[in-house]
Amino acid sequence: MKAEYNEQLLLKGLANNDSKAIETIYKENFNVVLALIINNNGTADDARDIFQEAMIALYEKAQTEHFVLTCKIQTYLYSVCRRLWLKKLHQNERFLYQVEGLAETVPVEEDLEEHERKNAEYAIMDRALSSLGEPCKSLLEAYYLQKKDMQQIATEFRYTNADNAKNQKYKCLMRLKKLFFAQFNIGE
Amino acid sequence: MDDILLLEAIENYLSGKMGPEERAYFENLRKTTPEVDQMVVEHSMFLQQMDTYAAHRNLRHSLHEAHNRLVHTGEITEDPAFSTKAKVVQLWRKYKRVTTIAACVGGVIALVISVVVVMVSPAPNSAAVQALGRKVDNLARKTDIINSEVKKIPKIPSSVPATSDGSGFLVDTKGFIITNAHVVRGLSNAVVVNKNGEEFNAKIIASDEQLDLALLKIVDPEFRGVSSIPYSFKRTSADLGEQIYTLGYPRNTIVYNEGYLSARTGYDGDTLSYQMSVPANPGNSGGPVLNRNGEIIGILSTRQTQAVGVVFAVKTRALHRFIQEVKLADTTLARLKLPVSSSLRGKERTQQIKQLEDYVYQVKAF
Repeated sequence: MKAEYNEQLLLKGLANNDSKAIETIYKENFNVVLALIINNNGTADDARDIFQEAMIALYEKAQTEHFVLTCKIQTYLYSVCRRLWLKKLHQNERFLYQVEGLAETVPVEEDLEEHERKNAEYAIMDRALSSLGEPCKSLLEAYYLQKKDMQQIATEFRYTNADNAKNQKYKCLMRLKKLFFAQFNIGE
Repeated sequence: MDDILLLEAIENYLSGKMGPEERAYFENLRKTTPEVDQMVVEHSMFLQQMDTYAAHRNLRHSLHEAHNRLVHTGEITEDPAFSTKAKVVQLWRKYKRVTTIAACVGGVIALVISVVVVMVSPAPNSAAVQALGRKVDNLARKTDIINSEVKKIPKIPSSVPATSDGSGFLVDTKGFIITNAHVVRGLSNAVVVNKNGEEFNAKIIASDEQLDLALLKIVDPEFRGVSSIPYSFKRTSADLGEQIYTLGYPRNTIVYNEGYLSARTGYDGDTLSYQMSVPANPGNSGGPVLNRNGEIIGILSTRQTQAVGVVFAVKTRALHRFIQEVKLADTTLARLKLPVSSSLRGKERTQQIKQLEDYVYQVKAF
């Protein structure tokens, strides 16, 4: 009962991007995944990428409102990592690998599909932001991602006043939206 | 400028920063102006995307930081040696497929090369090979013919008439032949002929005029020696009236004669000879005289010209003495040994002769 409660707390922490919760989950699960990847032709770097991907998948799942985790965090992460690694091997070498591991797994295909869809969206945003160029990128990131107010941004980016910054931000945003929706529509 | 204000208004509206009056006015504006409404929907969606994107980025960032922190504190490790399996096993797993493929490729290449070699290498010209085979066959046949012709060439030079003829017989498996001294008297070379007409060159090794005995040795490469000699030499004296028989070459074929021992001494009272009554011709000289047990009791030597059927034979006692002398004179002959056991005892005469005739030779000296 205690363990289950702890897991729920951890997931809540993860959903809120709480560094302590993240660290705890990381600590308890990374080594299992590392062993899995290394024993199946991977490196420590591969293990890190795969594990972080799985953590993000878990995060996304934890953020949905009617979220219930039906198994232990470790089982879920292990299943996701195994699935992801299998897929990566399949892509890289065009062989059908049988990834060996002893731990139990749960079906995670649907979650991963959702995760991949989101990843694609993030990629579009990422590309749009990158192709925006400076100072637009930093300006928009400061406003929308770091949630700074206009006054702060104006001083930081050395605009004469907040209105000026607002004007600039507007232009940048229009461009970003154009870039984003051009790809997003194609993506849909 | 209007657009900027509008966007700001939308953002304020979406983030809930508007006051109630302003909010009511804006909602009214949304209802009446579809463009504004569309913009609100679009922007709301865009902002949502931005938010999740931001959250995602932040999470990635925190994960990265957590990873580095944990590696730093040593609570997780990136050391591959952490793995439970040995390095070799890991390497094998990693390169298993590569190795298999390499092996397959190697095998295929080997096959292809062998096929190419088979195709490219000149096919054996079977006609030529057969012709060559025939040539070799012809050569072999010719060689056979030549060999048989060579065998037919007499070893006795035709220009030199044979000065004497006689008989002899083997006393040793290595080709030593005993004959009479008078058969080879004053000569150095001899040819011995077996019952099949095969001729062998022989060397005169020793002779004793007194005993009328001579020792020859076949020195011909064609002579292969014999495995054993069927007869033995009787050491004791033979009895008067004992049935005896002889084998010899009075002409070019082997001839059998039988008679009896008529005296224990020879011509003029010679105690080293017997007198026998047996038909004999000059060519019989040197032939063996045997009793019914197949033991050699003497060597037929001379005939009394005046009387028919009176023949003398050298006793084996003399032969033993002669061999002794020869051995003393020439140490290379130390191993010369007269046969001591007879395999002819108790056999029928015709059987004895059949075994004997291979060991009796015609001796031709020139």
